[in-house]
Amino acid sequence: MTNAGTTQPVASLTAHVAAYWRRVRGGDMGALPAVLGILVLVVGFSLARPVFFSATNFANLLFQGAAVTVIAMGLIFVLLLGEIDLSAGYTSGVCASLAAILMLEQHMPWYFAIAIALLTGVVTGLVLGMLVSKVGIPSFVVTLAAFLSFQGVLLLIVKQGQIISIQDSTILKIGNNNLPIWAGWVFYGVSIAGYAGVQLYRTLRRSAKGLTRDPMSLVALRIGALAVAGGVAVYILNLERSFNPARTSLRGVPIVVPIVVILLVALTFVLSRTTYGLHLYAVGGNVEAARRAGIATDRLRISAFVICSTLAAIGGIIAASRDNSVSPTSGGSNVLLYAVGAAVIGGTSLFGGKGRVLDAVLGGAVVAIIDNGMNLLTESSWIKYVVTGLVLLAAAGVDALSRRRAAARGLS
Amino acid sequence: MTSEDTPLLELRGLHKSFGPVQVLRDVDFAINAGAVTALVGDNGAGKSTLVKCISGIYGHDSGEFLFDGRPVNIHGPRDAAALGIEIVYQDLALCDNLDIVQNMFLGRERRVGLVLDDDTMEQLAAKTLSDLAVRTVKSVRQRVSSLSGGQRQTVAIAKAVLWNSRVVILDEPTAALGVAQTAQVLELVRRLADSGLAVVLISHNMNDVFAVADRIAALYLGRMVAQVKASEVTHAQVVELITAGRSGNLGLPPENGSSSNADNGVES
Repeated sequence: MTNAGTTQPVASLTAHVAAYWRRVRGGDMGALPAVLGILVLVVGFSLARPVFFSATNFANLLFQGAAVTVIAMGLIFVLLLGEIDLSAGYTSGVCASLAAILMLEQHMPWYFAIAIALLTGVVTGLVLGMLVSKVGIPSFVVTLAAFLSFQGVLLLIVKQGQIISIQDSTILKIGNNNLPIWAGWVFYGVSIAGYAGVQLYRTLRRSAKGLTRDPMSLVALRIGALAVAGGVAVYILNLERSFNPARTSLRGVPIVVPIVVILLVALTFVLSRTTYGLHLYAVGGNVEAARRAGIATDRLRISAFVICSTLAAIGGIIAASRDNSVSPTSGGSNVLLYAVGAAVIGGTSLFGGKGRVLDAVLGGAVVAIIDNGMNLLTESSWIKYVVTGLVLLAAAGVDALSRRRAAARGLS
Repeated sequence: MTSEDTPLLELRGLHKSFGPVQVLRDVDFAINAGAVTALVGDNGAGKSTLVKCISGIYGHDSGEFLFDGRPVNIHGPRDAAALGIEIVYQDLALCDNLDIVQNMFLGRERRVGLVLDDDTMEQLAAKTLSDLAVRTVKSVRQRVSSLSGGQRQTVAIAKAVLWNSRVVILDEPTAALGVAQTAQVLELVRRLADSGLAVVLISHNMNDVFAVADRIAALYLGRMVAQVKASEVTHAQVVELITAGRSGNLGLPPENGSSSNADNGVES
């Protein structure tokens, strides 16, 4: 949340709204398209299929969207540099199936298996990053080659096309189970308190130093909005979702939610509050300027690919847990397209230098809602593909147009 | 502050060649604190090469560097930066997607532990801009993409000044600017010198040169043909120095003299 351009130490709320509107009109739409998209889609699908607007389906959405969201978070690091990782989907499949086969055949404990999956992600990213930055092959080609060969590696791991089931109960919980009711509320309380604390601390500190700061009303509005939205979500998720509560109770916040939120907070911190994150933006904005400022651009590029592939591995494990298995299509078909789509729909630019981790969550929600809603709406999957493709195209179009608009304005 | 007689930075007998091509021949160059020295010359005269030698981006084949009267070695950009030599390049080297503060501190961020110390950087950036009497920028948290060409140039110059620099070299700072913005930037250049910095202004524009420069150094085909006070020469003379390497009794001797004679015109 950056300050608006005003000279008074405290910008009024109306000035903030005006400044925001000016940014939107100037082409800097931020999260607006994604948020509007979510609202329109939710209203539309709810009217067409009332079952869409139910606690059960809300929980389903979260389970379905989590893996793609996590993969998209990783992609944002690569996209920030103006690069692309087309292999992230299959990287997630390879890492997850490696973990699955090690648990099944070597009887490896789950934590070892996960550690090896993550390590595989790190090594994959290291190799991709080296090929891009040290050898100088365009990332599009490097990762397209990886996209193809990882399909082969995946086939090799799963023995030419078997479906390998996952039996480890801990792994299965990640993508299928819910937090206890009380834990959901504790998580909610800690999250809101943490957010409020950070917001208030920053505002008071800037105020004490006489720097421009947001008005208290805006800070309160942000905290309040998050508290209300989060509270409603936790409340709905804590409702009974089972058709037969007497036999099995199904309620609580899905475990994937705290996983995604923790990743969101940690990665947002890295991008917005550390030198490393700032340098990622700098390299994405102007490589030459970054180099002249003494930034090791090659190392930065490699690290972004490492982060991307590692998060892909995490996403792969979440997906495998949800499916209870891995197969030759793990991480294949539309996983990558959905992940790139999520990042771009959320507002991350394909041209580099612009994007936030939150984009992955917002865009991931849009993608999950489309996928889920279209499944409820129609039997034929071709429409789903066409619609998702068009939405991605529209998001990339908004990105390109807003860039042109911003450029036209910037050159005054 | 050094007296006007001892140059802050002095180059003696600088030679630089790229393979068989000799780009700089026996160049002497002196820059004084508190003065604007205009470096003029036609395309290919060696201005950029000279600047890159000073900034340590290029090595040099032979020659001496004196800083504050003491001999120094400049082997890389870090050496130059350590001496307080900053260069503002023609293409500005700013990141459009970052704000003014982030650009000014890029690569030299202040931190508290792992975390960026945004507040301190913002205060320092704002102070630097106000010290330079820059009033055209509304907020230091503005993105550079929203700035005009003149404002960008201002930010690039302020960035160079932020680091207690003593020598600021400006490569064609007004080349892409309109009339009003050029005036703003030239005013800023003048203020830099008045605050005690040694300023080198590379420019093709004689109006700019005569508007702010105290001294003019002319390069011609890799040779320093004249270093004179701006008040002692005319437009026409400087143009002659740039295009022909001599003007009256300034510059290269009429007949094709040896390179040692080439520097006879250097005085003042």
